[in-house]
Order: sequence, then structure tokens, then C-alpha cells
Amino acid sequence: MSTLLDLRPAGTRSVLVELPGNASVRKLVVAAREQIAGLEEVVAGHDTVLLVWEPGRRPPTDLKDRLAAVLSSRHRDPEPRTIALDVRYDGPDLGAVADACNMSPEEVVRRHAAAVYEVGFLGFAPGFAYLLGGDPQLQPPRRDSPRARVPAGSLALAGEYSAIYPTASPGGWHLLGSCDATLFDLARPEPALLTTGTRVELRVGGA
Amino acid sequence: MSLRIEVVAGGARTTIQDLGRPGWAHLGVPASGAADRRAYTLANRLVGNAEGAPALETTLSGPVLRFGAATTIALTGAPVEATLAGRSISMHAPIPVRAGQELDVGTATSGLRTYVAIRGGLAGETVLGSLSSDQLTGLGPAPLQSGDVLELGGDALSSPAVDIAPVAAATDPVVLPVTLGPREDWFAPDAVTAFLGATFTVTPQVDRIGVRVAGPQLPWRSDDSMRSEGLALGAVQVPPSGEAIVMLADHPTTGGYPVIAVVDEAALGDAAQLRPGGRVRFAVPRAAPRAPEDLEEASF
Repeated sequence: MSTLLDLRPAGTRSVLVELPGNASVRKLVVAAREQIAGLEEVVAGHDTVLLVWEPGRRPPTDLKDRLAAVLSSRHRDPEPRTIALDVRYDGPDLGAVADACNMSPEEVVRRHAAAVYEVGFLGFAPGFAYLLGGDPQLQPPRRDSPRARVPAGSLALAGEYSAIYPTASPGGWHLLGSCDATLFDLARPEPALLTTGTRVELRVGGA
Repeated sequence: MSLRIEVVAGGARTTIQDLGRPGWAHLGVPASGAADRRAYTLANRLVGNAEGAPALETTLSGPVLRFGAATTIALTGAPVEATLAGRSISMHAPIPVRAGQELDVGTATSGLRTYVAIRGGLAGETVLGSLSSDQLTGLGPAPLQSGDVLELGGDALSSPAVDIAPVAAATDPVVLPVTLGPREDWFAPDAVTAFLGATFTVTPQVDRIGVRVAGPQLPWRSDDSMRSEGLALGAVQVPPSGEAIVMLADHPTTGGYPVIAVVDEAALGDAAQLRPGGRVRFAVPRAAPRAPEDLEEASF
């Protein structure tokens, strides 16, 4: 059982937990907050979770056993939240993605909109969610040269990830379209619209 | 007599900092906060503030401030030849200020970041519970500019308890104790030896996000790209260019390049004081001082 996770030290008060897949990432980020004392940050990665203890605290010595217990408990898997986002496939890189993936721009849109995504983790910018679960035929590498400015609300694709830029920033992903949803808002009790484990459906032609 | 401070000159980059906004990294929000925690909390203690009271953090050259009312200040961190109403003042000591006097913080003679704590702490609109100015995301107040007016809070805890605090001078090269990992096995076999054996030079690319250092190439084991994972404060990340970056307070919450080692918590202040052109080494402490119950940590 314990061979499924690998613990790597990440400084004096952090441990990087390597996991067998993203389903266990989602499970661990919820369970760690509830069941492990003294945590300051629980940061999901693609197939890792970084656990950071409060200043001056140290990871417990029996951490591996505790994490194994958390992950093997069946009734702890949280019910995922689903959010539908209205998007427009009006981005400047549809043609480039179609060429890179050997299909028509229409086929790019059809495949991209048909997938049901799940947020793997956030990073890069506040509220920037890495969406997993895209079509395996639709994984173009990043652009050769990043754009100095990608507009807020850009629906973008790079490799196995899709994302919507919450704010304008530099970016190297392909821009497929746009979305009007507010992804990050400090005035909300939960500032990020999308968090690890959220399921995302894209609705074409809304508004 | 208002408790206000007029910014006559902002300095190279002077920001308001407190203990930051930890707890939001899972949303992509950096913890931010004072880069050199030890110096920052000392400054607050010297003026009788709570340790986390908002104070000023300079970058190399500090601001000129005019005080609207009498108060007490303290300067810690990078040593400067500061003057108050034209007279030299000491570091690491509470300094009484009279209404109308002007403080010229001056330029750091070594190190990078000087802290200016003011009795009562600075006031302002917090973002996610903090007044810290975050260079990565732009959250929090902008760096000081001439003409700004700083408002003071009124929550000093006590009379200053210490007269002067002894602080050790920095060594050259600065030696930063590290814990290897989490991705030391991502590198070619000799890279860890090279990392621990070399003296690195601090490049001009230094900000609150990180410190880029130049030294020996630290080649990866293969050309494989790594998947993004959470970054710890003090992480030494090595992009394909080979120049390592020590992550400071405003570092991104995740990163896609391998981390060869993480600077120990107690030495993060020293990392934050590295200045361009300075020299730095990384060392694994021979016998890490740990509580007995933590001895099995090595079994990770």
C-alpha cells in the first residue's frame, strides 16, 4: 500500500508527496487539510502535493503511514463540483493548432468543446487553473515564442493542459477562444472560480 | 498633528511588507511578506510593535520620509548610513523622531533590504489579510513614490523593550544551509557535487521573486520535461539555462523546473539579502540541529 506514494523532502518544513495519479491528488488536498495538523499550505501539482507546515513546525515522522491511511479510506472521496462555462472559439491560434494536430479548425473546436475537464492544480497566476482531461489527439506543444500579452479571459491550450487566463499576462499557450467568466475575484469568499477537482464543461455560443 | 508620513523620495523600490498572506498558494497566490523575516520582526520589536506590523522594506537605496508627528522608528537588515534631520542614526535601535523631521534611509553598504519599522505600524487596505506588496502578482499596495502619504496604525503593543540588538555581520561568501531535494535525482550524477562545491555569483537578476545565481552548469539527467509541482520558499530551481534561482517571498506557487535543494528556514533572511555581484555557497549542514522526535525524518 505505502509503495504508491513517495515522499521527498522539500526543505525544513515541507514535503513533496508524489502520487500515482491525479485522482489521488484531489483526494489528498481535501483530506490533508482535515486530517494533518499544522499545515500552512497544501499545493497540488500535476501528480504531486506539496505540504508546507507553519513556520517553526516540522513534518511528523509518521507522515507516510498517515498519508497512506488517508488515501486508502474509501468514503473520503469528495463529490466533485461541476461548472459550465460559456466560451467562444474565436482565438488567433485555431489554424496553427489545426496544422499542428493534422485536423481542420472545425475538428479542433469540436474535440476541444466535447471534452469534460477537471482542474488538476492552480499556478502561474492567481486563479489560473490547469484543466486536465482534454482530447489526446489535441496536444500541441507550446508556441515557439511566447506572447508578451495574452488578454484576460483567453481560452488556451498547450500540451495536455487547457486553461483560461484570469488576468492579462505574458503567455506561451495557443489561444483558441475567449470566456467572460470572472475566474478570480478577491471580493468573493472563495476567490478562485475553479479549484482542484472542479469539473468544467465548455458551452459553445453562449451569450 | 497627524500620524502621517510624507514620501519625499521613494527609493529604488520600497514596499510595504508584513508577514504576508500564507494559506492561498493552492489558488496560485504567493505568500509574499517581508523577504528577510528576522530583520523585519526585529525592527518591529525594537519599536514595541507586534512582530507582524506593516513596515517598509527597501531595495538597495531607501526612501526619504517626512514625519507629520513624533514617533519612534527602527532600522534593521542591510546596513545603511541613514540620517534623521541631517544627523547619522544607528541601525538596530529605537530612534525617537520629532514632528517635521526628515529621515533619509540612504543606500545599503552591504546586503540589499533594509527594514524601517514605525511605532504603531503602517495602515492601509489589506488584500487577503495582508498589506504586503507582491511583485509577482501585483497584489497589495504599489511601491512607494514621491508624494505618497503613508498612514500610521495605532496598535503598538508596548514600550520598546530593547535598546540595541546585536546582529552578526554577513560572511563572504554567504553560506546558505540547504536540504537536498526534492528533485536532486533529476540531475546528472556530478551536478549535486558541483552545486555543493562551487561558489556562485549573484547575477543582476534579483528581485522579491527570486535570486538568479551564476556558477557551474548543473545539467539535467535527461531532456525530459518535468510536470509542474508546488514550489517551497527557498527552493533552488534549475531551469534548462543552467543558472539556478533561489525562490524568495513572492515566488510562483508552482514551477515546472527541477528543484535541486531548498534553503533552510533559518537562512532565508540571508538569501533575501544577496545582492548582485555577491558570492554565495550552498552547504548541507553536517549535523542538522533537530529535535529527537524528528530524527527519523531521514527515512523519507
